[in-house]
Order: sequence, then C-alpha cells, then structure tokens
Amino acid sequence: MAQALDANNNMKATRKDTGLRLMSRPFAKVGRLVIFGVNHLGAAAIFLFLALSQIFRRKQFAKIIEQIYFIGARSISIIILVSLFTGMVLGLQAHHALVQFGAEGAVGSLVSLSLIMELGPVLTAIMITARAGSAIAAEIGILRISEQIDALSTMRINPMRYLISPRIAAAIVSFPILTAVFDLVGIFGGYVSAVLLVGLNSGAYWHSIQVYVTSGDIFDGFVKAVVFAVIVATVCCYQGYFAHMRRDSHGAQSVGLATTSAVVLSCVLILVSDYVVTSLLI
Amino acid sequence: MDAPLIEFRNVTKRFGSNTVLDRVNLQIYEGQVTTIIGLSGSGKSVMLKHIIGLLQPDEGEILFRGRPIAKIGRARKAVLFSQISYMFQGNALFDSMSVYDNIALPLRETTRLSKSEIDRRVMARIEQTELTEAVWRFPSELSGGMQKRVALARALITDPKIVLFDEPTTGQDPVRKNAILSMIAQYQRKLNFTAVLVSHEIPDVYFISNRILALYDRQIVFQGTPEELENFDHPFMDEVINSLEALQKELTGLYSQRQFKMLNHARMKRQSAEVYGVIVFSLQEMNTLIPKIGHDAAQEALRNLGLAINRHFGIIGGMSTRRNTNEFITMLPHADLAETESLLREFVKDFETQTLDALKDRTCRVAAGDAADLAVLAGIAEGRNFSDVNETIVQAKMKQHEIARLRCAASGENR
Repeated sequence: MAQALDANNNMKATRKDTGLRLMSRPFAKVGRLVIFGVNHLGAAAIFLFLALSQIFRRKQFAKIIEQIYFIGARSISIIILVSLFTGMVLGLQAHHALVQFGAEGAVGSLVSLSLIMELGPVLTAIMITARAGSAIAAEIGILRISEQIDALSTMRINPMRYLISPRIAAAIVSFPILTAVFDLVGIFGGYVSAVLLVGLNSGAYWHSIQVYVTSGDIFDGFVKAVVFAVIVATVCCYQGYFAHMRRDSHGAQSVGLATTSAVVLSCVLILVSDYVVTSLLI
Repeated sequence: MDAPLIEFRNVTKRFGSNTVLDRVNLQIYEGQVTTIIGLSGSGKSVMLKHIIGLLQPDEGEILFRGRPIAKIGRARKAVLFSQISYMFQGNALFDSMSVYDNIALPLRETTRLSKSEIDRRVMARIEQTELTEAVWRFPSELSGGMQKRVALARALITDPKIVLFDEPTTGQDPVRKNAILSMIAQYQRKLNFTAVLVSHEIPDVYFISNRILALYDRQIVFQGTPEELENFDHPFMDEVINSLEALQKELTGLYSQRQFKMLNHARMKRQSAEVYGVIVFSLQEMNTLIPKIGHDAAQEALRNLGLAINRHFGIIGGMSTRRNTNEFITMLPHADLAETESLLREFVKDFETQTLDALKDRTCRVAAGDAADLAVLAGIAEGRNFSDVNETIVQAKMKQHEIARLRCAASGENR
C-alpha cells in the first residue's frame, strides 16, 4: 500500500517537473539566444579592437592600398550606376509630388538632402556589402577551412594583422569616398530627370541645393558612412574568420553559410544602426 | 641519452566528449628524426598541433628543454615558436599567390631582410627543391608532388630549428613518396634541424627515422628505434604495422625487414644445416647523383632496381628486402656460392637489357655539359641455417663489386 502511494507521488512529481520544463522552454530558448547574441557581440568587439590595434603596424600600408583598390576602386562602376538611377527616380518623384503644391523649386534640396543624409550612405553600404563584403567573408572563410590561417599562425604571422586590419582600414577609407561619389552622381541624376527630362528650371534646382544643404548635413552623412564601414567590414571578416566554428555546417558549406550570414547581418545592422545614428545626430 | 628537446607529460586532449589523447607521455630529442605512426584519425596531427601551439592540452603539460611551455613568457614563447616550422598535411599553400610569393611570405612578413636577400634565399630554396620551372605558377597549376615541395621549401625558408611534417607523403605515388622522404632526410642532415614526422609510409620511413613513436588507443605505446620496434610485442604491431607492411609488399613486391627476418627465422626452424646464398645490392654515389638528376629520378632508379631484383629472384623462391635507403638484400634458399654467383650473372644480363636502358631514358636528364654516374654494386656470400644471417650479409657486402653502371651525359648517349 505504502509503495503504491510512493509510486503515485513520484508520478505526480514527474508530471509537475515535465509541466514546468514545458512552460519554461520558451524562456530557456530566449535565454540561450540572448547568451548566444551577447557572446558573439563581445567576441566581435574584441575582434574589432584587435584588428584596429594592428592597423598602424609595419608593412601595413601596401596591404591597405591593395584592399582600398578591391573594396573602393572596383566598386565605383556599380556605385555610379545605382546612384544615377536612384537620383533620377528621386528627381522624378520629387517633381511629381512638389509640383502639386507649387513647390517644384525645392526639388534640388529634396533630392540632395535625401541622398546626402540617408540614401547615399545606406545604399552605398548595401552595395559594397553585396559586392565586396560577400567576397571578403568567402575569401577569409576559405582561408580558414583550408588551414591557410593556421599556416599564418605557424609562420608567426598574426592573421589579424595580415588579413583583417587592412580590410577594416580600407573599408573606413573607402566607404566615405564612395558615399561622396554616390551623392554627387545621384544629385546629377536628379538634375537629369527633373531638369533635362521634365523641364524644371536649372537655376532653381542648383539654388535650392545651395540654400538648404549645409556642411553639417554632409558631415552627418560621412559619420554614417564610417559607422557602416566598421560594421560591414567587421561582420564580414568575423563571419569568414570563424566559419570553421559554425555549428550548423562544415567545410565548404560553412563558407557558403558564413557568406550569406555576413551579407544578411550586415544589411540588417546597416538599417538598425542608421536609425540609431540618425536619432543621435538629429 | 640527452635531455629531451620536447616532452609531453600526461597530455590529455578532448574535443567535446571525444578524448583524442589520453595521458600521453613522449620525448623528442634534438637533432633527430622522430616519426609518429598510428592509424588514421588516431590523433597524430593533434599531437603536432600541440607542439606548435595551435592547440592547447586540456590536462598535462608540454615541456620545451625541460620548461613547461605554458609557463614561458609571451616574448620568449614567440621566440621559441619562431624556431618551429610546420608542413601541413594539405600543404596550406596560399592559392592566390605564386610559388615564389608563397615561399617568400615568412621572410617578407617576419624579417627585415632586404628584397635582394629575400630573393636570393627564395631562389636558392626553389632550386634545391627542383621548382625552377614553377616559380611564377599558382598552387592550383601544380601537381600534388610539386605542391608538397613548395610546402617543404616554405617550411625550410626560415632555417628553422624544429620542423614538423604532418603526413608529408599523403596522396603521392611510391616514387614521389620516397623522393619526399629522401629530401627531408637530406635537408635534415644538411641543416641539422629536429624533424618530427607523422607518417604511414612503413617501412620506408624507418630508413630516415632515428626514433619511432607509436600512437595507439589514444596513448603512446612505444618509443624507440626502428630496430627496437621490430621486437615490440603489442596488439599495435598486428593492427597497424602488419597491415601497412602487407600493403607495401603488395605495391613493391619487397618484404619489410621484419617480415624478412620472420621468414628467415621460420625457415631456419624447419630445416637444419641447409645452405643459402645472400646477395647485397647497393646503389653507389647516390648523394652525388641526386643534385644532378633530382630526387624523383634518383628514387625512380632505386625503385626500378628493387622491382628488377624482386622480379628476377622472386620467381625462383628468393626473398628480397630493402635494408636502408640505397641497399637491397636477397636471400636464395638452398643456393650455394656457385649457384648464387650464376644467378647473379643472369640477373646482371637481365638488368642491363630490361632495366638499365629504360632507366637511361627516364632518369638521365642532366644539365648541358654535366655528367652523372650511378654504379650498381653487388656482393655474394654463402651462409648456413645455424649461422647468423647478419654475418653472412656483412661478408657479402665486403665482396661487393660493380655489376652495372648508368652513365648520364647531357646528350644521354653514353652508358
């Protein structure tokens, strides 16, 4: 009789335990995700710090120039193409909207401020992520899985100095320059559509830019470009560098997934940080 | 024996729940070639990566000249590790760099040498490793053997004191395997570095190794000379050595020294007072020949001699083995001195017509104005079952004389 009662109590306790475990499961999952996120955030911060500390070391200049050529110079054509059409669309839309209020004279300032403060830095960062960021993540990922990074360590060559620092430094230099190119070509695109195609007065277009665009707006745009540069370069290098530690895949597959993660995470972080930086600058 | 250069004390390494090394104890001595043998996936590469600091032990300690590496200061550790080179199993060459840039990389990044000095050193290594034709090619454009040589040149470019070779002959054909081992042995003698190899090439690797370490079931079960390993009584011998030796026998037709001894021992037990003949073959002047015709061609010559010996004497019941880098022994049961001499004469005729001509075409590629000679020596002796076979071998060796000569001139005309 006593044994039966014990068994009954044990069963009840087990059911209670199972119920608690089921109820706490979503919290445990959220907890794990938070710990995972905080871990990676901390690791990425240390990663960035180590890379930045190696930028001004000996023999870095040539490597940085090489990376500026890859990230910056080779991205110019795509940046010009995208910015031209972005400016043209903006010019058309702005003219179409403002003409209804008789304010078509503000087309130039609307196009230029949209580009300088928002679209220029954001679209430039996204385009460079797609073109160069993915390539950086894939290249470093392949170096990792084929033991080439280990080989650097065995040769007493610091992989952070040799691989990561030049890329982050090059991104910090290239992003603002490409953003400036994007802004200028975009403003020209707006001129083409609003003035040459739709017939807005040329003087009105340039005058409104001169009146409404301040050096502070341009500075804010460049601040965003530098922030995006650090985010994109760090995320892409970090994803590639630790491709071998992914739990969801191995070998070549891990490089593929690291590249995808690098692009997706960079784009998301560009938009999130854009809001944060804008709110701080306004 | 001197104090060890590197020592593992109770080193344990786990990856998750998988224990790869379990309280491993081993010693590596300065100036020696130490080879770690064991089954695939048994943790040999993990051991090497501990030596160079790519992995850290979970338990136990690694000592360098008696001092635990973990307790050595950062600056001194950097100096220590700068004396060690590592040749990766998969070569780990930078595929976006040319052969030249791959080899020059450690010098460019870790030294303050001038461009001309780097160039001089790199080109010297490139010539020594027979890569002159591939200087500006990329690793993906090279054969597996050439990639290994690039990795070897890169590992040696900084004149390291310790070189770790992680399966340096993986994926190579038998000639290339022996060429790489011979190259390692040659550089080890010349530069006097401490070499640690992970290899499956049994028994070939014995010829260049001073010490063998056997890794079995997550522990080092044997440390000693190749000769001592032959008398080692452990399941490792059945599971690892026998299977690798059988594979080698299948590939070359030659018995390993251990198999040779065992067969000889069994034969002696069966019959009493039987005579047998011994022939000792050697290739002379190999060391002077290698710089002229290259490691590959020299190994090709050696391999062809081995194949010719096995082909000729194997069908009449002879047992042959390779004794060291350039020496073969054939034992002819029931043959007295006269029969052995007659069989050797027939072999010489066969060798000259079937092997020497082919060798001349394949291996005689010397530079214009240069010449190289390769002499094949042979000596015979008669032994009896109750006598010591080693004494008979020594007697045969003392009577060695030239039986054939391969003369390589630039035109390839003379012999």
